[in-house]
Amino acid sequence: MCQIHEEYQDHMVENTSIPSISQKCVKCKEGSAVLVIRVGDAFCRGCFKEYFVHKFRAMLGKTRLIFPGEKVLLALSGGPASSSMLSQVQEGLSREAPKKLRFIPGIVYIDEGSACGQSLEERAGRIAQMESIFQATGFPFYVVHLEEVFRLPSSVLQCVSSIPGKPGGSYKAAVDQFIQDSQLFEAQSRLSELSTQDRPEEEVRTSGGRPFTFTLQETKAVERLLDSVKTLTAKEQILQMLRHHLIVHTARVKGYSKVMMGDSCSRLAVKLLSNISLGRGASLAMDTGFSDPRYGDITIIRPMREYSSKEIAFYNKMFGVSSVFIPNLGTKAPEKASIQRLTESFVNKLQMDFPSTISTIYRTSEKLNTACPQLSSDQEQAERCLLCLCALDTGAAEASAFRATLVSEQLSQKSCPEPPPGLSAPGLQRRPAGDERTDCCGSGGGSRCSADEDASSPDPRSLLCYSCRLIIKDMTSVETLPPYIVLETEHRRRRAQMREEISEFLLDPAQELCAALES
Amino acid sequence: CSAAGPASTMPVPCSHCQKSSAVLRRPKTGHSLCRPCFFWAFEEEVHQTIASARLFRPGETVGIGASGGKDSTVLAHVLKVLNERHGYGLNLILLSVDEGITGYRDDSLETVKRNQQQYDLPLKIVSYEELYGWTMDAIVKQVGLKNNCTFCGVFRRQALDRGAMMLGVDKICTGHNADDVAETVLMNFLRGDIARLRRCTAITTGSEGAIPRCKPLKYAYEKEIVLYAYFKKLDYFSTECVYSPNAYRGHARAFLKDLESVRPSAIVDVIHSGENLSVKEDVRMPVQGTCARCGYISSQRLCKACVLLEGLNRGLPKLGIGKHHRLHEKLLARQPLTEQEERKLRAEEF
Ligand SMILES: [Zn+2]
Ligand SMILES: [Zn+2]
Ligand SMILES: [Zn+2]
Ligand SMILES: [Zn+2]
Ligand SMILES: [Zn+2]
Repeated sequence: MCQIHEEYQDHMVENTSIPSISQKCVKCKEGSAVLVIRVGDAFCRGCFKEYFVHKFRAMLGKTRLIFPGEKVLLALSGGPASSSMLSQVQEGLSREAPKKLRFIPGIVYIDEGSACGQSLEERAGRIAQMESIFQATGFPFYVVHLEEVFRLPSSVLQCVSSIPGKPGGSYKAAVDQFIQDSQLFEAQSRLSELSTQDRPEEEVRTSGGRPFTFTLQETKAVERLLDSVKTLTAKEQILQMLRHHLIVHTARVKGYSKVMMGDSCSRLAVKLLSNISLGRGASLAMDTGFSDPRYGDITIIRPMREYSSKEIAFYNKMFGVSSVFIPNLGTKAPEKASIQRLTESFVNKLQMDFPSTISTIYRTSEKLNTACPQLSSDQEQAERCLLCLCALDTGAAEASAFRATLVSEQLSQKSCPEPPPGLSAPGLQRRPAGDERTDCCGSGGGSRCSADEDASSPDPRSLLCYSCRLIIKDMTSVETLPPYIVLETEHRRRRAQMREEISEFLLDPAQELCAALES
Repeated sequence: CSAAGPASTMPVPCSHCQKSSAVLRRPKTGHSLCRPCFFWAFEEEVHQTIASARLFRPGETVGIGASGGKDSTVLAHVLKVLNERHGYGLNLILLSVDEGITGYRDDSLETVKRNQQQYDLPLKIVSYEELYGWTMDAIVKQVGLKNNCTFCGVFRRQALDRGAMMLGVDKICTGHNADDVAETVLMNFLRGDIARLRRCTAITTGSEGAIPRCKPLKYAYEKEIVLYAYFKKLDYFSTECVYSPNAYRGHARAFLKDLESVRPSAIVDVIHSGENLSVKEDVRMPVQGTCARCGYISSQRLCKACVLLEGLNRGLPKLGIGKHHRLHEKLLARQPLTEQEERKLRAEEF
C-alpha cells in the first residue's frame, strides 16, 4: 500500500561492525582491518585509535572553549562513555606538543547508592573500585555522595554571570569571590537546617571502617525525597537534576570553570527524544548541545557527542579501558516503567530497523538553537526555571499547549465563585448567544492563571519551567525537597514581591541591566 | 507506579460540580467528571482554543472537513454547539470528498449524510471526478493496484483545498487532534525534517493564496474525543485509513501510545515541546512556492497533483513517480515530450 519512499542516508558512525577477514585498512592500506565504521571504512587497530583520538582533540580544537591552563572537571559515572572520555583526556595530555591538550583535569564522581537502596558496604565497594581507577590517573578526584544535596547552598540555583572572553584575572577573581560566597551560603543553610532538625553530628561508617561524609539522617532524607515522587519518570528527572547541582557545586568550590560530561551520540539521541516527551523542547539544545552555558560561570561541555556507543565499546575493549557497572534507579525496572526507559528501548529498536535513526536524531538536534542570553539582572534571573535554570517556557502565547493544560485543569475542578483573573473571560460562564460575538476573533482572555502565589508556600511550581512543573506534579509533598531549593524559592519570591512594590520607581529593564553590569 | 486502578464500585462525586456522581475519568487530567460537566469542559476547551488563537471572524464561511470518522464528526458537533453558544456568527458547512472508490466510501458518506441531518448543517460532497476529472477506480485501471497509493495520497491531500476553493469557503477546519499533532512532532523529529517540525504545531496553516486550514481540536485527546462521541451517542464510521501509514508514522504512533500510558500528559507535553523548539537562524528552509497551474503549495513549478494529472491525461502515469522536475516547463507549456522521454514513462515499466 502507501509506501512513501523514505530516503535516509547514513552519514555517521552508527554502523560499526566487524569486517571480513581479508579486508585491508582504508587509511594505511597495510594493516588488516579490525572493524568497519560506516559503510566501507574499514580500519586497522592503529588507524582506528588515531581516528578516535583525533576526533576528541578536533572536537575541543574547533570549539575553542577550553583555555590553556583552565581547570576542567570530568564528571564520571563509571560507564563506558565517560570512562572512554577519561582515557581520551589522559591520552591527550600525554602527547607531544602541539598535539597536547593543555588543560588541568580533575574528576568528580557522584555516589548515588542511596537512591537505589544500596547498603553502605555495597557503596563502599563501588567507591573503592572507582577510586582505584581515579588514583591511577594521578588527577585530583572528588567523590560526592547524593546525601550532600541536603547541604547545598541555594546559590547553586543561581546563574552566575562570567565576564566573557577574559579567562585570566577577573575571571579568577570571580571564581574566588564565588567560593567565599558559597561558603557563606553553606553556613547559613546549615544553620537553618540545624535549627529545625536535631541532627547528631556523627558521621556514618561502614563495618569495614570507611567513613562517609554524610549522616544517617541525610540518607533517610534522600529516601524520603524519592519516596515522595510517585513516578519513576519524575524520580529519574529529579535525580539527574540533583546530580547536576552537586557537580556544578563541586566545580565551583574546587575552582573549576568547565565540566565535561561523557554523553555519547547514542545517549544524546535518547535524551533528545525523551526530553521532547518530557516537555523540554525549549531547552533541548541546552540539555544536549556541545556546550551548555546555563550556570554562567561554569560551562558544561559534551566532548563525546560524536561517538556512537558502539564505537566507544570497541575502543574500550581494544585498548583496555575499564568501566564499572553502576546500577541506577531504572536498572531493574521494566521497559515501560518510565518515559526515559521507554524512549531508550524505542530508539534502540528503531535503530535496528532503520540504522540511521540515531544519527538522524543527532543531526536534527544540530539545527536547534543553543543561544543563551547572558542573564544578569534580577528580572532576568527570575525568568529562569528554579530547578533546571533554563529560560522559562511558561509565559507562552495565549494559544499554547501550556495554556490549554491550565484550562483543562481549571474546567475539571470545582468551579471557583470567582475564577482567577487569567481565566475568567471568555466563555467560561454560560452567557446568552450573541453576547460575545467578538470572542472568537477578539481579545481572547488575558494573562495566564497564576494560582496561589503565597510567598511562604514551599511549592515552587510558579517558578518552574513546563517540564519541571511535571516533576512537582508527580510528588506527594514538596516538603521533602532539600533546603537549598526551598531557600531559593523563598528568595525568589521575596525578590519578586520587592520588585512589585517598587515597580513604579524602576526605570526600564535595559538600564537596570547596565547598572547591574557596572556594579 | 501511578497505578490508577479500575473505577471502584463506590460512586465518585464529580470533581467539578461536586454534586452528581462521576461517570468517567478524564484521560487528559485524571479528574472524575459527571456527564454534563465533561461535555461542558470538553466544549469550552475547544472554545478556549478557538478564542485564544483567534481562529475565526464573524461572517466567515467555514468548511468542516467531514470524513464520517470520529474526529470530524465530533468537530462538526462541537463547532455547531459553540457557534450558537458563543455567537461566532459563522456559516458552517460540511465538506466531504468522494474519491470514487466503489464500495469504500459508501458507508462513511452515509454517515456524513446522517450527520448533516442531525446537526442541520449544509453538506457539500466534491468528487474526484469533479476535482480532477478522474475517479480513483479509473486511476487504478490505468496505473494498476500497485502504484495507486502515490495517487491517492497526493490527491487526497489537495482534494479538500480544491473543493473548498470551488465552494468559496473562507477557512477549512480539520479534525486533527492532540494525538495527531504530537505524533507528527515525533515523526518529523525522527526524520530530521526541521521545516515540517517547525510548521506542524501551528494551529493554522496555509500560505498565500491558499485557503487557511485550522485544527480546533489540536489540544483535544483522541480518547476524550471517543468519550465525547460515546456519551453524546454520536454516529460515526470508524474509518481506518485504507492507506497504510508510512513506516515512521506507524512507529511514532506506537511510541506515543506507550508514552501516554506511562504519563498521560505526555501527548500535550510533546506538543508543548514542538511549540517551543527554537531552530537556528542559519538553517536553510525550503522556499514554499505555489503551483503555477493550480495555486496549491508546492516547492516545484508544478505541484505533485498537477504532475500526476498530467501523467494520467497523457497516458504516462510514471510522470508523477520519481523526479522529473526537468520536464515541468514542458508540461506547463503543454508541449509534447520527445519519444525518448515518453518511453521511460509508460505504464508497463511499473
Ligand atoms: Zn591502518
Ligand atoms: Zn526547569
Ligand atoms: Zn459534574
Ligand atoms: Zn494507497
Ligand atoms: Zn498544481
